[in-house]
Amino acid sequence: MNAVPDRRRAPGVYLDHAATTPMVPAAVAAVADHLAAPGNPSSLHSSGRAARRVVEESREAIAAAVGARPSEVVFTSGGTEADNVAVKGLFWARRNADPRRCRVLTPATEHHAVLDPLVWLAQAEGAELELLPVDEEGRLRLDVLERALSVDPASIALVSCMWANNEVGTVQPLARVVELAHERGVPVHSDAVQAVGQLPVDFAASGLDAMTLTAHKLGGPIGAGALLVRRELELVPLLHGGGQERQIRSGTLNAPLAAGFAAAVEPAVARRPEQAQRLEQLRGRLVAGVCAAVPDVVLNGDLRPGPEHRLPGLVNVSFPGCEGDSLLMLLDAQGIACSTGSACTAGVPQASHVLLAMGRDDTQARSALRLSLGHSSTDDDVDLLLDVLPGAAERARAAGLTGMRR
Amino acid sequence: MSGGVDSAVAAARAVDAGHDVTGVHLALSRNPRSYRSGARGCCSLEDSGDARRAADVLGIPFYVWDVSERFAADVVEDFVAEYAAGRTPNPCVRCNERIKFAAVLDRALALGFDAVATGHYARLLPGVDGVELHRAADPTKDQSYVLGVLTSGQLAHAVFPLGESLKTDVRVEASRRGLAVAGKPDSHDICFIPDGDTAGFLRDRLGQRPGRVVDEAGQQLGRHDGAYGYTVGQRRGLGIGTPTADGRARYVLSIEPVDGTVTVGSRERLAVDRVEGASPRWCGRPASSLRGHVQLRAHGEPLPALVDVAGDRLVATLEQPAVGVAPGQSLVMYDGTRVVGSATITAAGARAPQPAP
Repeated sequence: MNAVPDRRRAPGVYLDHAATTPMVPAAVAAVADHLAAPGNPSSLHSSGRAARRVVEESREAIAAAVGARPSEVVFTSGGTEADNVAVKGLFWARRNADPRRCRVLTPATEHHAVLDPLVWLAQAEGAELELLPVDEEGRLRLDVLERALSVDPASIALVSCMWANNEVGTVQPLARVVELAHERGVPVHSDAVQAVGQLPVDFAASGLDAMTLTAHKLGGPIGAGALLVRRELELVPLLHGGGQERQIRSGTLNAPLAAGFAAAVEPAVARRPEQAQRLEQLRGRLVAGVCAAVPDVVLNGDLRPGPEHRLPGLVNVSFPGCEGDSLLMLLDAQGIACSTGSACTAGVPQASHVLLAMGRDDTQARSALRLSLGHSSTDDDVDLLLDVLPGAAERARAAGLTGMRR
Repeated sequence: MSGGVDSAVAAARAVDAGHDVTGVHLALSRNPRSYRSGARGCCSLEDSGDARRAADVLGIPFYVWDVSERFAADVVEDFVAEYAAGRTPNPCVRCNERIKFAAVLDRALALGFDAVATGHYARLLPGVDGVELHRAADPTKDQSYVLGVLTSGQLAHAVFPLGESLKTDVRVEASRRGLAVAGKPDSHDICFIPDGDTAGFLRDRLGQRPGRVVDEAGQQLGRHDGAYGYTVGQRRGLGIGTPTADGRARYVLSIEPVDGTVTVGSRERLAVDRVEGASPRWCGRPASSLRGHVQLRAHGEPLPALVDVAGDRLVATLEQPAVGVAPGQSLVMYDGTRVVGSATITAAGARAPQPAP
């Protein structure tokens, strides 16, 4: 086949911002500036105070960017940890306060960082997990949620509902979810990892009780995340130790990563309106080009523009007759990085649980490709993709007709 | 790339030869732990990680291809069904025939690749009728037997970079190339049976199928829980207490699939010189008769024989009797080092006594 680039070479076209984003220079500089500085933020001497100041200024910047109070920001190692603290910590705290509270409600399309801790709670801790259906665009069925909430509300520990889906980009009707849950005294957590920097996100205005965000989806470093926790909310910690972060998350605070997080989130949020518009235009060109090149594609998710419908830069598209994995490999060989949206630690491709929950069958789900634009994306990226996609789709379709599957 | 040393070095040599190489690890199960647990094997998570690291070192792309559905149907189910039918299958032969050089090769060709390279020890040489399959240079590692099922069409898109090498040299080369798998032990048992307990694996899938163990006169010597625990030629673990009158060892002579009766007898009665095969496949031009050698099991000796082919059946007449010839195994025909073709053994017996001269 044609030139297959060395994997160690950086890919030429990066269309996988929903997986992680390239770090913005300001974030790189902020991390580098503080990496060599001595000082534990919990120490009382001047080095410690200097490090503490970095952490607290970062906390204030992050809080300001997402409409939270600084005291509501609990630093974590990333989105997965924040989701785990939120759903486990909230479940335990709520059940400790009232042993009847064991039900957990969540859409079937949640990220594994929410789903898997909930499944674990069900297996190990007696939680009753209710996976709620979504419509064919991936939006939580509010009628089903309302019915579930209305059955013995005193037995519900929490609702967890993501802000925007990482695979198809569909935005959940969170305002209504919060309203319905709060009417019955049930707290709500939201994984907003994909939303911050892409959609208007205001923690206070959302009414949420807890919200997850992470630095590396918005131009910051991997390894830095936060759980926003409403001041009165009680959480049982996962990590016990020095009592940092309101006793919710012990562990030496990471001043360099907090600084990098803050340096990324501030411009991401400040420039979001024009960035979203720019991504929306790029996405429009990309979608039009894909549909023209491969006319039988099926777009997945809510296709209407706007922050109440979907992420501005994410496209999830099924190529009938193709395996998403074949397309990914062929595009990678041409220097284009994208995703099938369903990576698995074992590396064994699985059909996306999100697309299956949206009513797609196994074959349709396996034929999906996720292309996600972000701050580094350009018109050239879209052009290069559209240059090679038709040929890749043709080969992938030929491969799809061979007998790898029965 | 299985995660072992052979496929890693094969990939490295393919890169050195100037090919555009992509590493592919075959996931034989959606759940990495469903076939193997604990023990190292060709479908454990550890192996896929080792293969990925080798690809990283070589600077080639690496993907895991999910062949679980085909593997379950074409190799594992076939394996179980063959035992249930009283035969002794060779799953590596089936995997090469239907997975590696069929499903995987077809997909690779469609994706624009030209060939599948593996770490098998066998040689491909140009011949008058196209590519020829030959035994490997390392006689202790030769795998031409499990590749004998491949047709010339499949071999035309196969590359075996290790065919000219000794295994010991391959390990040294892996070490020199900085491949961490250089010292990894060889895998030898069946990759989808974690602990080597084939009988236990079959019992889980087939359940208990009690039957009788009898001598050649039909006298019952014992009972068993499943004939799949027996292979023609087997001596140990027959589960019969009473010794023979002359105190000699007894061997499994035959397995009757319908009622599961296992017939045992003396070693001499195991000797056969007439082996029947079905569904011949040819590495080149089909033959109608052949005087050469046949090999009747992996790592078996090549046996001088005359092979007569009639349509979909063939009969190999051995010059000297062989023991432990099990239906279900491959009969691979050799002309010198060259693999001519193969068939699946359907029956074996002693030919009618020759009239005295």
